[in-house]
Amino acid sequence: MSSTLRLIFLFFSLLLLQVFVLNNVLFLGYVNPYLYVAFVFLFPLKQERYLFLILSFLLGISIDFFSNSGGIHAFSLVLIAYTRLFFIRVIFKKTVSDFQFFELFQEPFSKIFNYVVILTVIHHFSLFLLANFSAQNFGRIILNTLYSSIFTIVLFFLAAYILRKRK
Amino acid sequence: MQQLVYFFQKYKYFLFFLLLQSIALFFTINNNSFHKSKFISSANSITGGFYEKASQISDYFLLKAQNKELIAENEQLKNLLEKYRNIADSSTTNFTVIDTVRYHQKYVYTAANIIKNDYHKTTNYLTIDKGISSGVQKEMAVINSKGIIGITDASSTSYTRVQSILNSNSKINAKLQKNNHFGTLTWNGKTHNIVQLEDVPRQANAKVGDTIITGGKSSIFPEGILIGTIKTITPNNTNTINVELFNDMRAIKTIYVIKHLDKKEIESLNNPTYE
Repeated sequence: MSSTLRLIFLFFSLLLLQVFVLNNVLFLGYVNPYLYVAFVFLFPLKQERYLFLILSFLLGISIDFFSNSGGIHAFSLVLIAYTRLFFIRVIFKKTVSDFQFFELFQEPFSKIFNYVVILTVIHHFSLFLLANFSAQNFGRIILNTLYSSIFTIVLFFLAAYILRKRK
Repeated sequence: MQQLVYFFQKYKYFLFFLLLQSIALFFTINNNSFHKSKFISSANSITGGFYEKASQISDYFLLKAQNKELIAENEQLKNLLEKYRNIADSSTTNFTVIDTVRYHQKYVYTAANIIKNDYHKTTNYLTIDKGISSGVQKEMAVINSKGIIGITDASSTSYTRVQSILNSNSKINAKLQKNNHFGTLTWNGKTHNIVQLEDVPRQANAKVGDTIITGGKSSIFPEGILIGTIKTITPNNTNTINVELFNDMRAIKTIYVIKHLDKKEIESLNNPTYE
């Protein structure tokens, strides 16, 4: 029961944080963190995978509702939610039987870092590609992806380690 | 048949993933075509309500700048009024009283507040706190005292979404103030204070520093609303002109929505098949 409550809390806090705080950061005019990808990193692996895809879709589409962007956040978030399993297998060398006991923050930092960086970059790249809706400004898409990814990753690790310490 | 069932069983997770992706793509494509995006927008009552609450708090930080802007606008309007009063006093012989019955009002202004503002994407939208219940509908002009802001494109009962001029889908008829040569105002998605004026004929003789105003050839904008000044001119075959906006699109708050009362009549003349 408490894990369900935690998930609901995670869902809404990430949504409101993204829409009312982080979407207004606009560092240097356009660099923006998209911290809601943390939903994919923090969602426990032992939960139902269909539920996970549906919740990712709902979180993405809610952010789209607020930021008038059609379905780009939903698309990108569901994309990394689906590919997550593949990267867990490759990076952490886990098999299906290990998924029950998998805890992200008990893994070595270098592996967590690779995992977070790869998924964040995939998410941001598909997000900016869809947001521009063409490959016309390709250099701009790459730059946006780079800067925003750095911002998101730094923010994620800062938040994760600060919130962990208190326990 | 059995093979088909087996196929679905094996790949059902992947198919479910594809289904969600295609829904998201459908919304994205719909959002990029003008006037089709009704469903997913910040103008529905839930998102609009949230943004209004947030805006009520952040408004306090803008009060000083807003006051200054309103005083400047009042000053401008008072000067204008004084000019007409002088005409009425000095030339009583030429002055004719306009019969109120025959006087046709063409535009109605409605004041509204922006509760959400975007300027860093390639397709930017604003949300304002007036909707159908205040007579604001889609395809109306949105301006403030300094110049144009955008066109409304989706309304709910009490909120409206505005397609900003900083939106790569926007196309607005604009002209040079000095000689009435007109072109199309677009945005290339790069800088928040520079828009592009295209298809201006070469004989227009545009110079850096010239003022650009709305053209009045659309049934949305009244003629003569300020847009900006010419910053640079690229001499090539399409003749693109960079226009620096008078408005700082990052700091706008109070706006006016303009309803064109004869819009239906004009449109029925332009598209007689719909009648």
